[in-house]
Amino acid sequence: MTLRWFLLVSHALFCLGVFGMLTRRNAIAMLLSIELLLNAAGLNFVCFSRIFSNAQAQTIAFFVIALAACEAVVGLAIILSLSRHAKTVFADEAKLLSG
Amino acid sequence: MPTGGYTIAFVILAALALMGAVWTVTLRNLFRAALSLGLALIAVAGFFLLLGAEFLAFTQILVYVGAILTLIIFGIMLTAKFHQSGGSVGRQPCGWRHSLAGNDITGSVVNRPPLPAGIASVGLFVLLTASTWSLPEHLPDAGLAPTTAALGQQLVVLLVLPFEVISLVILVALIGSVALASEKQRFSR
Repeated sequence: MTLRWFLLVSHALFCLGVFGMLTRRNAIAMLLSIELLLNAAGLNFVCFSRIFSNAQAQTIAFFVIALAACEAVVGLAIILSLSRHAKTVFADEAKLLSG
Repeated sequence: MPTGGYTIAFVILAALALMGAVWTVTLRNLFRAALSLGLALIAVAGFFLLLGAEFLAFTQILVYVGAILTLIIFGIMLTAKFHQSGGSVGRQPCGWRHSLAGNDITGSVVNRPPLPAGIASVGLFVLLTASTWSLPEHLPDAGLAPTTAALGQQLVVLLVLPFEVISLVILVALIGSVALASEKQRFSR
């Protein structure tokens, strides 16, 4: 049992998040993929904090969690506003700013 | 430290995390996708426990599963009537033949074609694995793992400015999202 397996899982989560970002059209589903990406990054930070016995990497993972909360809040507010004004939640159907 | 139980716990958590992540990015039903994201998040919290980061594990469960997931589920329910884009619901494979034919804009499919995205993400996975495969192999002793006390000390001594900035960012995000989502503002389209 070595740390490279943890890193492997974190890479897999990251790549699944990238896959979700590229394939989903629904904005809320893209938000779910972003959460997956941020989680993979946090897991990576904790892995490296264990490899190098360094507590600062854990604080960075802590900041990542806090910023993910902000991102989810603002993203959902934007999606709610979008669904109210443009009557859609699909990211490529939002054309309010295209003139 | 590397005992059998540790390995078994790791394998179970990895299976849960990967299963949850795959469901999150592939399920058509958004509510189920959100619940699968919860599964993956709980599994990542378990990884944090295995790596000796107890405080982060419980923060992860409190903030992600407790707050963010609830928020996302509320968001899904509030926008429920817009989620069907004329396409079929359920777990059918994505109709990427339709989107190749250009029906994507008219909203007859829910997802984009999975093939190029799959190739891109598998390539990224290979790249990432190749770059981290040569790192130090064995877990250091459990005594060397950073503890919650060390984490707290870092937060209030060295990183006190980023800590305060993060709280300011959260405040601004909350006020901004209330302003964004409030009913009062009227855009003229």
